[in-house]
Amino acid sequence: MAKYLLLKHYRGGPAAVNDVPMDQWTPAEISAHMQYMRDFAARLEGTGEFVDGQALAPEGTFVRYDGEGRPPVTDGPFAETKDLIAGWMVIDVDSYDRAVELAGELSAAPGAGGKPIHEWLELRPFLSEPPTITE
Amino acid sequence: MDETLLRSLTPSVLGILVRRGIDFAAAEDAVQDALVEAVRVWPADPPRDPKGWLTTVAWRRFLDAARADAARRRREDLVDEEPAPGPAPTVDDTLQLYFLCAHPSLTPSSAVALTLRAVGGLTTRQIAHAYLVPEATMAQRISRAKRTVSGLRFDRPGDVATVLRVLYLVFNEGYSGDVDLAAEAIRLTRQLAAAIDHPEVAGLLALMLLHHARRAARTAPDGSLVPLAEQDRSRWDTRSIAEGVEILQAALARDQLGEFQAQAAIAALHADAPTAAETDWVQIVEWYDELARLTANPVVRLNRAVAVGEADGPRAGLTALAAVDDALPRYTAVAAYLHERDGDPATAARLYAEAAQQAPNLAERDHLTRQAARLNALRRR
Repeated sequence: MAKYLLLKHYRGGPAAVNDVPMDQWTPAEISAHMQYMRDFAARLEGTGEFVDGQALAPEGTFVRYDGEGRPPVTDGPFAETKDLIAGWMVIDVDSYDRAVELAGELSAAPGAGGKPIHEWLELRPFLSEPPTITE
Repeated sequence: MDETLLRSLTPSVLGILVRRGIDFAAAEDAVQDALVEAVRVWPADPPRDPKGWLTTVAWRRFLDAARADAARRRREDLVDEEPAPGPAPTVDDTLQLYFLCAHPSLTPSSAVALTLRAVGGLTTRQIAHAYLVPEATMAQRISRAKRTVSGLRFDRPGDVATVLRVLYLVFNEGYSGDVDLAAEAIRLTRQLAAAIDHPEVAGLLALMLLHHARRAARTAPDGSLVPLAEQDRSRWDTRSIAEGVEILQAALARDQLGEFQAQAAIAALHADAPTAAETDWVQIVEWYDELARLTANPVVRLNRAVAVGEADGPRAGLTALAAVDDALPRYTAVAAYLHERDGDPATAARLYAEAAQQAPNLAERDHLTRQAARLNALRRR
């Protein structure tokens, strides 16, 4: 088994095919989208491949150490940040091919007009523990 | 087996052990072990005297642990003698446990975890599940909290207000996983109300009951939020409402108003309205004014602006909103609502979309996005 992170971006990836902001969809289209996402996660739980899924608020802060005895420096949020992560799903699957298959399904979630969004999801393998048998 | 009954015995058994001279941390571990044992043994072999059974098993567990730990000679000496039967368990023990678990030296998250375990009798695993953290993390949080309070005297009265804040936090977490934190908070507040006669304890219990009564109506089958005005009021739990109102009235009659009683009074006015349109918003505004006198919490003024908008019209609501700090969470959502009521769907839709970006949880974000989408769809027609 191998763990993969499916990253969804608010921005930073290539534009989706069906790229309409959600507040311009109809309420029924929003419901259909939410249902698809819930069904997807439930199905992965059913197959034993779901690990975790979380959504992130769009605004964040950059923080860094500023030396002994000083409070940390904070900066942001930056309106111009190019890469903005919206959320993630972690899956534990048998192969890279299976991870790609699932990411493709998630990207097919319906959007405006009830058509698939075709949004780009970033697929990143976890760096795992070294195997016991190496020779 | 009735696990709630079992867990309700936790504070008095723990109180007995502490009064026998065991330190709090060790006593708490022993009681937790006894609870686990009870869950295993009772279904097949229910005891005649559940509390006596738990006390005996917890005591034995403590002896085993103390004997196994050779470094703890002092404690061994202590336990070599048969324990005195101990004073009869009193309501007072329970109250002292609440004070200890909500001690001001604990952080809120530690106080919550310790209260749920030592007073509520939940296992570390259950608490970890409820707060979506790894079990090892929650175990550490609880043992650190126990170390923090273990040197404290058990017989000093504490501050009821800190206990109420902890219980309020538990209630507001709602429920996730297999533990219903809202129901657990109600149980613990009820138990506290039986141990101490205090109008704000009654106020908090009433507040919880009145909000809990709406729970079934608050979410649609697909999990989306249903706002108060659109809830199917026939799905409100009338027994819970009646109990909440009765408790609240008895508390208010004592004329020692506090913020939980005032919040409960607002919830009671909503519960009392057969339809959203029949809500007594004028009285609700008065209660918000009262609440603003009792607390510096700026959210009160934000909620008051909504009530003013209903009582005196959206313009008055927007005027009230202008005096509120616009950096408050949900400020933009309130502004969107009032602009929609004021007949400005374009501004409202823009603000709803903006509010969705700032929403503190997914359910609210989805709800606000839907509101924006609904207005945008209407405008396209």
